[in-house]
Amino acid sequence: MSAPLSPIALHKQLSRIWGTPPGWGRLSSVNHTILGKRFMLVALLFFAIGGLLAMLIRAQLATPHSAFIGPDIYNQLFTMHGTVMMFLFAIPMFEGLAIYLLPKILGARDMAFPRLTAYGFWCYVMGGSILIVAMLAGVAPNGGWFMYTPLSSRPYTPGINADVWLLGITFVEISAVTAAIEIVVSILKMRAPGMALARMPLFGWYMLITAGMMVVGFPPLILGSILLELERAFGLPFFDPERGGDPLLWQHLFWLFGHPEVYIIFLPAAGVLSTIIPVFAQRAILGYRALIAAIVAMGFLSFGLWVHHMFTVGIPHLALAFFSAASALVAVPTAIQIFAWIGTLASGRPRWDVPMLYVAGFFAVFVMGGLTGVMLAMVPFNTQAHDSYFVVAHLHYVLVGGFVFPMLAALYYWLPHITGRQSLYRLSVPAFWLILIGFNATFFFMHVTGLMGMPRRISTYPSNWGWDWLNLLSSVGSFILTMGFALVLADLVLQLRFGKPFRRDPWRAATLEWAMPTPPPHYAFAALPRIERRADQLRPAEIGPVLARGDGYLGFARDGQMETLGVDMVSGEVEHVIVLPHPTFLPLWTALATAAFFLALLFGQYWLAPLAAVVVVALFLCWPSRLGRTDDLGPVDIGRGETAPYDGEASGNICVLANRTALVTNGTLFASLLFGGLFLAVVAPN
Amino acid sequence: MSALDPAGPRAQNLATLWWIMLAGSAVLFVLVMGLLALSYIRPEWLSRLSAAQWIVGGGLVLPLPILILLTGTALVLGEQLLPRGAAPISVEAHAERWAWRFGYPGSDLTDDGTLHIPAGEPVDVMVTTADVIHSFWVPRLGGKIDAIPGRRNVIRLEADAPGIYWGICAEYCGPGHDSMMFRVEAHPMAEYRRLREGAS
Ligand code: HEM
Ligand SMILES: [Cu+2]
Ligand SMILES: [Cu+2]
Repeated sequence: MSAPLSPIALHKQLSRIWGTPPGWGRLSSVNHTILGKRFMLVALLFFAIGGLLAMLIRAQLATPHSAFIGPDIYNQLFTMHGTVMMFLFAIPMFEGLAIYLLPKILGARDMAFPRLTAYGFWCYVMGGSILIVAMLAGVAPNGGWFMYTPLSSRPYTPGINADVWLLGITFVEISAVTAAIEIVVSILKMRAPGMALARMPLFGWYMLITAGMMVVGFPPLILGSILLELERAFGLPFFDPERGGDPLLWQHLFWLFGHPEVYIIFLPAAGVLSTIIPVFAQRAILGYRALIAAIVAMGFLSFGLWVHHMFTVGIPHLALAFFSAASALVAVPTAIQIFAWIGTLASGRPRWDVPMLYVAGFFAVFVMGGLTGVMLAMVPFNTQAHDSYFVVAHLHYVLVGGFVFPMLAALYYWLPHITGRQSLYRLSVPAFWLILIGFNATFFFMHVTGLMGMPRRISTYPSNWGWDWLNLLSSVGSFILTMGFALVLADLVLQLRFGKPFRRDPWRAATLEWAMPTPPPHYAFAALPRIERRADQLRPAEIGPVLARGDGYLGFARDGQMETLGVDMVSGEVEHVIVLPHPTFLPLWTALATAAFFLALLFGQYWLAPLAAVVVVALFLCWPSRLGRTDDLGPVDIGRGETAPYDGEASGNICVLANRTALVTNGTLFASLLFGGLFLAVVAPN
Repeated sequence: MSALDPAGPRAQNLATLWWIMLAGSAVLFVLVMGLLALSYIRPEWLSRLSAAQWIVGGGLVLPLPILILLTGTALVLGEQLLPRGAAPISVEAHAERWAWRFGYPGSDLTDDGTLHIPAGEPVDVMVTTADVIHSFWVPRLGGKIDAIPGRRNVIRLEADAPGIYWGICAEYCGPGHDSMMFRVEAHPMAEYRRLREGAS
């Protein structure tokens, strides 16, 4: 390359290449920083909606014999609350976090398939909107977030409600599957040169296992939804015992997805903790390898537990024993992580800051949820607690403790990265205490309410069973909790408005995402670093200025191309130069056509669906036309005196890996189908 | 209505299991939170522990024996609670949105929402449904079992003393799920016999 540019000139050149056009052009963005932020922002919006629904639920349950909302609306409220929180808040939230952070932590300039990121984002927004619009129209799903058949079959839910869930959620799940494939490929192929797997920061490991679990975890749900929609639309009998089906098949398919799902939600949060805790302990994480083993073990174990949601359906007691023991066993990898984190703090020089408050909150809340989880794994006790408010308490301790608290820690930790401003902390501490106290006031007493016999999902209750004061307390607690969240929101606005800009790396962190200017430029790194040691023990404040000078790999702009490096999956040695696509509206158009397909099914316009499908395929076929080249150039300069070929000329490139991953998803889908067929042939009553 | 106020040997066992687990959990919770607090307040007390000690000690040595013991106990208890062999008395509980109807050998289903059983005697309840999934739950007498279309599930209950025990549908079954309650009335054996003879 020609003479080195000044950092400013390099920044200008790269920004021009990697930028997103203004105005309507923003909708064509394919950039991971922008899309990651959009994912998280929309997820926050859904969190607010889900929270609002929770407030309505608690208002209704504050007193016995409440006449505020009737059962018809109430059933939509709790179904939508659960569905929104799980599918439209938790999953997209960590996807957004991963999309924003992964390239930055691993030292790449973007995710592997930027247009797929954009397509997933639009599918998420459109699918989620279908659910919200249905709710505003009063025809929201009302079968509970796990939609048991036959209650959700045509005879018992004749309206459109269940179809909204099945089609809307399947639409949203497209974004989960595309994100999963993309995360797997990006982690395995797009790290900074020299970052062997054994040097990868734990956040990468956590997300790799999470995405791997999503690749095989979502197909059973997608299959179940397809079968149930077929049953509803065309009267096929998959779940109807009179005609050779079995309602339990739905439960197996749902929980085959649903149990791994809760670990899929927990693991990214644990990845956040494994990133934040060492920074505040001021030492490297304890037991790096043991933690990786624990995550892998959790990933595998979580697929062998689904029956613990079905202990009361009357299955053979040997199966009960097996699933009960397996469920208890997940406590081991969980305990390994908990003690590795505490040990890290204990053997470091721990300091306090607001993210650590939420980490401490996580310990208190999540450990309690884990303990009640072990209780619930004990079949005899489960027969009392199952489907009672004890379970509602347990699931919120795990989900709020294991996801919301870590995400709040992440928010305070990474918001300066997003905004380039430091927190003010006027409101942070009181907000934390309101959340912690409000949360426990809401949910701790639900354990008792449940054991005193209150089943979940009831809209009113009589006042003779001593549930009144417990429910009132829970409702008061939930309003304290909401005030806490409102304060956090105010705190954020204050930070955006008045926070002080900072130079670099305010936390003295040890991972690469802080080795860039903040707010991050579109191209993330002006040059890619060479990693010579474990990538969670770096000095971002020192690396940053070097990279900004263009001193590293690809520290230049070439032919207006968006370039980043592809590496060997294990060793992290450079294999090829990846050329990424420029902003385009194609993902948006494709998502709109996909929406047309789902809406056609939703409104029973079956003639339109194949047309829409053809348009979707046609649009997808337009995607490759703008990428790749027809001639071979041979190895090109990548900086630091090294060369590498373009991706089109390399054998193990990202597309190959993506196709293999997609084949695994397909394989699991067919394996689930096979499981369904065998189940109906062998276990079903008829 | 409370599972914490058991009125029969089976519910009593389940409640005992709960109190044991609660005590154990409280100890573990205090232990974990105590270690976390110590790492800030008295780090020197913990600084001698090595990485291996934290991970092997906390991740394996601590939980494994507890889990094995607990799971073992729960399994044994679970086996004892199974409806093994035929109980002398067996009744039907049939769910239909949104009420429970009960049947006795040699008689039709009744409509008064009350299940009559003898006190001091194990009773097998055969749980079925006419439509969607429901769940039969009498917290003071024992756990719950689902009523699944196309299947017959059995749960064994026992009341120590005559009296009225409430039950409720525990699986969401549509708009009437809130009100799908029923009563279990336990009678002294002689009275129960008279009642049954009078009915048939
Ligand atoms: C903001 C504070 C929250 C409050 C006050 C709250 C309250 C509740 C209540 C009272 C129920 C039981 C409704 C019923 O059974 O009738 C419930 C159910 C549920 N909640 Fe929350 N919740 C909150 C946050 C969350 C979060 C953050 C998640 C997940 C990440 C979540 C996931 C669920 C799920 C999956 C259900 C089960 C829904 C069903 O039974 O179909 N909740 N929530
Ligand atoms: Cu019912
Ligand atoms: Cu019910």
